[in-house]
Amino acid sequence: MGNDLRPGDRVRVREDFPQGHIRTPVYVRGKEGVVVKNFGSFPNPELLALGRDGLPKKTLYEIAFKQCELWPDYNGPESDTLMIDIYEHWLSKV
Amino acid sequence: MDEHDDHDHDHGHGHHHHDHDHAAAAVPHAPPAKDEKIHTYHQALGLALKELLIEKGVFTPDEIRKAIEWRDSITPATGAEIVARAWSDPAYKKRLLADGTAAIKEFGHDMGALHLVVVENTPEVHNMIVCTLCSCYPRAILGLPPPWYKSREYRSRAVREPRAVLKEFGTVLPDGVEVRVHDSTADMRYLVLPMRPKGAETMNEQQLAELVTRDCMVGVSLPKLN
Repeated sequence: MGNDLRPGDRVRVREDFPQGHIRTPVYVRGKEGVVVKNFGSFPNPELLALGRDGLPKKTLYEIAFKQCELWPDYNGPESDTLMIDIYEHWLSKV
Repeated sequence: MDEHDDHDHDHGHGHHHHDHDHAAAAVPHAPPAKDEKIHTYHQALGLALKELLIEKGVFTPDEIRKAIEWRDSITPATGAEIVARAWSDPAYKKRLLADGTAAIKEFGHDMGALHLVVVENTPEVHNMIVCTLCSCYPRAILGLPPPWYKSREYRSRAVREPRAVLKEFGTVLPDGVEVRVHDSTADMRYLVLPMRPKGAETMNEQQLAELVTRDCMVGVSLPKLN
């Protein structure tokens, strides 16, 4: 289902700024991370917010980012991470 | 139903001692002035919607009261009970980490359409929870989030400079410990399973639960022996 990403896959978050109820924070758009987990599929919140049924469901992935790659001036060790849940249509394999 | 915890703004009128026009506002419990707006636009909108739904018979005022009562009955003590069980019962801990949603059902707690993900602190990893987009929080087991959790400062800084934020909560972690921030953006709600503190080996479940504060389960603090 969906773009069938697997744990360990390197992905890029779509750098796009559509209007509406978007659950992909701007600070990760255009950034690269690694798939940690597939949480299964859920109604698309972008459609639910419009009062629709949210179908087709979208696969939700947990993505890990290195803090030092998110923020060039990050003040902390290289091992610090940020984990975030992103729907499939915001992700593409690198 | 959040209206009662949205009165946490301090507009700083207390500093204007010289300004007699605003003297009333400087006294926190002064009666409202004739032209003072009691509700913000959105509070008024919420109240109007509530009244319309009552009038239409969608629900009754008593049902709203009951819902608020239920909401208020969930406190961080609910979550602490779960953490204490995980500390005392390795099999429960395993179930909790594997499927938080199912494991809290054993206590009678229901995540509804949402899912609970429990993240474990270890000597190598410290977890911390934030919702940068709004105020997603495991309300089913911690109750309502504290005002600071919903503040723009926490929401932006927790992902940008987590170690500085942790330090302000009195939590200083060595560089060898990975700080792992979870930004809850979707259908998952996160709970931190803190490490059982040293010296708590002989405590029973009830005593352990008393060590587990809300902030420990959000991951901005660590359980401490009194």
